Amino acid sequence: MSDKVIFDEDGLLRTLKRLAHEIMERNAKLEEISLLGIRTGGAHLARRLQSLIEEISQVKVPLGILDITLYRDDLGGAASQPEVRGTEIDFDINSKIVVLIDDVLFTGRTIRSAIDQVIDFGRPKSIQLAVLVDRGHRELPIRPDFVGKNVPTAREEQVKVELKEEGGKDKVVVRPRANA
Amino acid sequence: MSGRVWKRKDLLGLKDLEAEEIELILDTAESFQEIGNRPIKKVPTLQGRTVVNLFFEPSTRTRISFELAEKRLSADTVNFSTDISSTIKGETVKDTAKNLEALQVSLVIMRHPSSGAPHRLARYLKCGVINAGDGINEHPTQALLDMFTVRQKKGKLKGVKVSFIGDILHSRVARSNIWGLTKLGAEVTVCGPRTLIPRDAEQLGVRVTTNLEEAVDGADVINLLRIQLERQKESFFPSIREYAITYQINRDVLKKAKPDVVIMHPGPVNRGIELSSDVVDGPYSIILDQVTNGLAVRMAVLYLLSGVKS
Repeated sequence: MSDKVIFDEDGLLRTLKRLAHEIMERNAKLEEISLLGIRTGGAHLARRLQSLIEEISQVKVPLGILDITLYRDDLGGAASQPEVRGTEIDFDINSKIVVLIDDVLFTGRTIRSAIDQVIDFGRPKSIQLAVLVDRGHRELPIRPDFVGKNVPTAREEQVKVELKEEGGKDKVVVRPRANA
Repeated sequence: MSGRVWKRKDLLGLKDLEAEEIELILDTAESFQEIGNRPIKKVPTLQGRTVVNLFFEPSTRTRISFELAEKRLSADTVNFSTDISSTIKGETVKDTAKNLEALQVSLVIMRHPSSGAPHRLARYLKCGVINAGDGINEHPTQALLDMFTVRQKKGKLKGVKVSFIGDILHSRVARSNIWGLTKLGAEVTVCGPRTLIPRDAEQLGVRVTTNLEEAVDGADVINLLRIQLERQKESFFPSIREYAITYQINRDVLKKAKPDVVIMHPGPVNRGIELSSDVVDGPYSIILDQVTNGLAVRMAVLYLLSGVKS
């Protein structure tokens, strides 16, 4: 079996534009919004959404980057610690609407870690979740507010998100585990 | 993107580390810095783990720094210090180790007056050991925080000129710094009375001088070492007063230094001996940055070591 393409470059851009519109539609007061991208894929997508929102509305919403490593529930399980790359939030999130952004929503454990971390920074008015791909298999009661695409997958399959910020071309594929 | 991986159970000294391992610690520390600016300065990373601080020698800032770093990572901490532990009752390092093992601790931080004591403990223990200063051998976390601070202020370590002034012979801080800095390409000079410079200093790849002006000239960083008054019983120099006249860093001496020189000191400072008071509090001093950075560096070390399975 070979890779199944979910998004190519054009498809990704169209979907991100739609997500930007949906986020703005849901949150009429743009000055209340801030975007928090989850490292690494979510951080790149958050940057793109920030500039798409700015193109559409001329408003630059605050953008932060979350590294959820220190909040993981599986530390010490692996052979060694994952590398920590740092969280960057240089604005006040109190009373803001925080939109978490990630590339792939799977078990929901990353989002749990992200929510815990956000709350250590203050008390946002609300937290929303935008993801590029929802692949199912949730292990926690977590539901996205904005979804690029629902992609039914088998548990052992992999969803690979390649973004040009990492040096390649924009492409999202589902890959059978055996070829990974 | 595959991350870099830490593989050692213990951190005993910088002598054993590769340049890449030192860089991994410094980069990780950079990521931890931001936690100190949060409203809640704590992350749940080491929840449910126990860290023991075993201090067989007096220490204020290193012990507080370790303890705070442990707490900010949500570890449970236990402190043993000389006056309450049982070594004064005659317990051996091996027995201490066995007892710690029985308590199922995750990491041990050890300071000891004998060089090599943490290395011995590490051999007996399955869990990790961090050397917090052993005799005149090494004090790796202090050197790492010094290197972190130099990198932060100068933007790099390669080619940076660092001069150590004072009692090099008895200084585990200097020894660890020399190992670490030379591995990362810094140019190190050591300066002090000949009696306080180890005989093998040149072999460590550093420039040696007894002339203060030579050490100050062209230096990007001056790192002062405390004159260890408690070790001066066998007179290494005629008098403290004479030492201060010859080797003290004060405003006059700094006139000959580079305009962007920074002054470091591992503390505690003997004001008026190795450093004049106005320099301690002056614009060149980054002594308090060292203290702040120490926390991030120790958090990074605790984090990296706690991932290694024995």
